[in-house]
Amino acid sequence: MPDPDTHEQQSEIIQQLVDRLRHKPGALLPILHAIQDRLGYVPEHAVPDIADRLRLTRAEVHGVISFYHHFRTRPPGAHVLQVCRAEACQAMAGRELEQHIKARLRVDYHATTIDREFTLEPVYCLGNCACAPSIRIDDRVYGRMTPARFDRLADDMTTVPLMLSPSGEV
Amino acid sequence: MAIRVYVPNDTTALSLGADEVARALLHHATEQQVAVEVIRNGSRGLCWLEPLIEVDTGHGRVGYGPVEPEAVAGLVAAGLFEASPDHPGYLGPVDALPYLQRQQRLTFARIGLIDPLSLDDYRSHGGFDGLERALSCTAQGIVDDIQASGLRGRGGAAFPMGIKWQTVLDQPGDQQKYVVCNADEGDSGTFADRLVMECDPYLLIEGMVIAGLAVGATQGYIYLRSEYPLAKQRLEEAIARAEAAGYLGADLRGSDRSFWLEVRLGAGAYICGEETSLLESLEGKRGLVRAKPPLPAIRGLFGQPTVVNNVLSLAAVPFILAKGGAAYAHCGLGKSRGTLAVQLAGNIRRGGLVELAFGATLREILEDFGGGTRTGRPMKAVQVGGPLMAYLPESQWDTPLDYEAFAALGAGIGHGGVVVFDDAVDMGAQARFAMEFCAAESCGKCTPCRIGSVRGVEVIDRIRAGENPVANRALLEDLCETMVDGSLCAMGGMTPFPVQSILTHFPDDLMNTSPPSGPVER
Repeated sequence: MPDPDTHEQQSEIIQQLVDRLRHKPGALLPILHAIQDRLGYVPEHAVPDIADRLRLTRAEVHGVISFYHHFRTRPPGAHVLQVCRAEACQAMAGRELEQHIKARLRVDYHATTIDREFTLEPVYCLGNCACAPSIRIDDRVYGRMTPARFDRLADDMTTVPLMLSPSGEV
Repeated sequence: MAIRVYVPNDTTALSLGADEVARALLHHATEQQVAVEVIRNGSRGLCWLEPLIEVDTGHGRVGYGPVEPEAVAGLVAAGLFEASPDHPGYLGPVDALPYLQRQQRLTFARIGLIDPLSLDDYRSHGGFDGLERALSCTAQGIVDDIQASGLRGRGGAAFPMGIKWQTVLDQPGDQQKYVVCNADEGDSGTFADRLVMECDPYLLIEGMVIAGLAVGATQGYIYLRSEYPLAKQRLEEAIARAEAAGYLGADLRGSDRSFWLEVRLGAGAYICGEETSLLESLEGKRGLVRAKPPLPAIRGLFGQPTVVNNVLSLAAVPFILAKGGAAYAHCGLGKSRGTLAVQLAGNIRRGGLVELAFGATLREILEDFGGGTRTGRPMKAVQVGGPLMAYLPESQWDTPLDYEAFAALGAGIGHGGVVVFDDAVDMGAQARFAMEFCAAESCGKCTPCRIGSVRGVEVIDRIRAGENPVANRALLEDLCETMVDGSLCAMGGMTPFPVQSILTHFPDDLMNTSPPSGPVER
């Protein structure tokens, strides 16, 4: 199924998802999850659609979306890459891994690589703390990560090698 | 008969290639025309040995680990399918490993032994014995058993569970009540909740059903962090199968009692591990902390009486009902009864799950179980109980694991996570991170937490840059005190604990100048 990219297509999907879940008590988070799972993000124009159907104000819906780190309002890259920044990973050179990944992908957190392969996000614990440091790519966690292992993984997952000038300019 | 080979399927094993190992095993078995049945069990919690594969010899299971996917060919050539000991990864009978032998696995008795989703496996290992007994008890009888067990909440606050259940039971019975499981396991260094949910999900379901029977609740929610996609998948499958088998839903086991259960996902907010923030989130709102009172036991989810318990607390319940409160209370120390699920993590040679009666010293855990650091360097600091707890220097490692003994140090056991650091750690950076984490995760309701954490990062940066270090240290101490005294919940109220422990025990790391380490992540 191609990604629904027009405003109208997305709106139709959003309304269907809201209608499917609105009967649940405390339905807003399940609805937002369903939208992000389907579209990859929660578009800005989802806010009035959701608010109208749930009889909430737009401010309430926007407030919930912005409160939670998980929800994003812009389309992510092909893969969402989370790097654990928490203590157990720090104890196993997680800070160095974090720096390596940022340098290698040439992005900071909450940004997408220029080839749109990876969206980089911080995460505070993946629950894999005895085999740190850990990263997550989409729904898979990788433990005992090293810069060299990351490079192999990134190469495997990238369709076209990331070509950038040494200065990072395109 | 086919040879049974076990390959674990929890997040840790999978993060190290367990699926690839299982595929490689089947490939080699086919090639060698050996009949092999690969069973995907949960993890035994011996994380440093993952992927840990086991071969059933007909008289016990022998293990090999860690087995990387690339090593499978060699292992098969060395006689894996004959359970041959001629391989450096050979561990012998897994049950006989000292790491397991020395534990008292009451809650985690089944993990790693069974296929997590098999109801037959669960039942044949004592599963649902507690529920069957609960169905024959009065509600008060169940609560009395929990009282007698001395069980205290394992999420971190260590509140007596029996009192909480009694409070909910005592609310008028003509209204909707709820059981909410706090599965927002956000503390770094903890993974025991995840192990329950991924490796023995029926245990949590059974504990929640018993809780529902005890307090008169017919609806339960598991509030699960979104960082645990595998746990979600497994819980939802387990719920569907339990319902089909009559362990959930209407007319439980023909008892005329009902309990429905649903998994709800969090959305990456650490604060939602705080129970009132969690309830707000379940109601579909921003996870802002509520003032207490009213207690959730009286006015909780949607304003109704609600039991909110951590995964490990609820997972301890089936044992207590099956064997009696006294059997659980039999082990432990002082007012800390039963067992604690220690999670050994960070820079540790043998990291994993260690379920032990309260009372062992931290040093025994670090040395006898952990075997020192993974890097081989000396240990410098240990953070017990998550990001809001103190860093302990070596002089405090002889403290027994007991809620009161740790509280006397100004420390805590929290959810049982133990994160080890070697001597390469910069404790100044750890102090900064404690504040930075709070700045990222504060719900924003209390000013000392919301603003104080940002100021905390700035003051620590100034100290580390050598700007008026003495005056700024005094300012930091004052700020810590304000946060402790002026915040509603543990986020703001305890973020200073690691910082204060560093000021007390590792002042040189903080006061010696080094460049600040980047902006505050939000």
